[in-house]
Amino acid sequence: MTRTDIQAQLSGILTDQFGVPADEITEDATFEALGLDSLDLVEVTLVIDEELGIRIPDEKLGEIQTTGDAVTVLVDLTKVDA
Amino acid sequence: MQRDVLPEPTPREGGDAGGATTHPDVVVTGMGAITPAGRGVAATWAGVLAGKGAASLDESLVEAGSPVTLTARVEDFDADAELGRGTSRRQDRFTQLALLAAREAVAQAGLNADAPDEQPDAVTVVDRDRVGVLLGSGIGGAQTWDETYPTYLEKGPGRVSPLFIPKMLSNTAAGAIAIATGARGPNLTVNTACAAGASAIGTALQLLRSGAVDVVLAGGVEAGITPLSVAAFANMGALSKNDDPTTASRPFDVDRDGFVMGEGAAVLVLERADHAAARGAEVLGRVAGYGASADAHHATAPPEDGAGAVLAMRRALEDAGLEPTAIGHVNAHGTSTPLNDAAESKALRTVLGDHTDTVAVASTKGVTGHLLGAAGAVEAVIALQVLREGVVPPTAGLRTQDPDIDLDVVHGEPRELQVGAVLSNSFGFGGQNAALVLTR
Repeated sequence: MTRTDIQAQLSGILTDQFGVPADEITEDATFEALGLDSLDLVEVTLVIDEELGIRIPDEKLGEIQTTGDAVTVLVDLTKVDA
Repeated sequence: MQRDVLPEPTPREGGDAGGATTHPDVVVTGMGAITPAGRGVAATWAGVLAGKGAASLDESLVEAGSPVTLTARVEDFDADAELGRGTSRRQDRFTQLALLAAREAVAQAGLNADAPDEQPDAVTVVDRDRVGVLLGSGIGGAQTWDETYPTYLEKGPGRVSPLFIPKMLSNTAAGAIAIATGARGPNLTVNTACAAGASAIGTALQLLRSGAVDVVLAGGVEAGITPLSVAAFANMGALSKNDDPTTASRPFDVDRDGFVMGEGAAVLVLERADHAAARGAEVLGRVAGYGASADAHHATAPPEDGAGAVLAMRRALEDAGLEPTAIGHVNAHGTSTPLNDAAESKALRTVLGDHTDTVAVASTKGVTGHLLGAAGAVEAVIALQVLREGVVPPTAGLRTQDPDIDLDVVHGEPRELQVGAVLSNSFGFGGQNAALVLTR
């Protein structure tokens, strides 16, 4: 999966399942700014695990502030997997 | 079996509302309701007056192979649109219902004048730090339990939503109302099962009298209809097995065989009369008295003579400073179970004596079904409407009154009746009883 693929998947999850308006989702947008708190972020990771089959370890959560951070973490994890 | 001799009611003098007590008057300045009978207080009232049972076939229960498939659900309810996707997703159905009932009540009381668009329910016209929230709920986030446990079993603990706990806790609805309104006074949830809505209003009355707060948003909420809870209530014999939606809930009927599970919420804005007057709020009625008791008898069955209910009713009358003869109408607990309706009937006669013959009794559960922890709050709203409108709703579903029910049960048509005081009863599993006296 390319970075663009992962970004599209994450955007889809955030809009469809978390009600975030698509036009607010940019690489620099923090989850907090999108109305998602730390519990929501954990929920997002569970959905990613479910839909993309990528498990974000707890210790990586601290690296995620923006959606771009999340994509970066996911890209790294897919590289390790591959 | 030997029974305790019931004490006679304490004699009182000067039996008009507030006359014999030194309590500050507590008034109602806003009401909100979302019930199977209708969306909002006006629609709920119209639905209750129409006297047609709101039960319907519940497809989710048919799919689950449930032994009982009739429930009374809330219709016309789009949480995503009305509360926003963010709040809707984060809250169990019971909290969503409570938020919508609170929204209506706060708006009617005019507490949110000029509230900002991003927080439309924010209390703006009184000191938010002195606004409390007191809700009753019997079950809490039942739907969240039901949805989450299969995930845990099938996918393991790692997949359990971190939102499970905050969604499921029964005090979440009261907390969510505080977040929506900015109310920073005492925030409590009481659980007396099917009496919880009345217990919350009664406890709010006491809190207001104590002087700790100026305003309380008080009420009850329940959204406990799930295949699991319906199966359990059915297996304990509490639910009607009648599959006719118009007569499944038939309080005081000779053929009654259980209640119909309902869901919904009601919230009242209560405040001290002087506080309401100072801000020029319209007074919709008064919560004049509250009585609470325990049966100390059995987990789910009342004693045959309704002794615990008698205590609660007498305490409510005493608290209101009223003689039994002041009561013109009783909104009965009247669940449509054989045991409750029989015991309540006996208890009413014990409390009201010969005056019972002149009291118009009704159970609105014939229309709404049993809203469990919300019932007492919804019925307080209906009782206040009876006082305001001068008409008693009929007991829906009642065709042939049980000859052992020695009460004047209004049924068939609404009855025009001007009353000065209404007694509203609520009795919960656990043997926990609450009675409210409401006046104009």
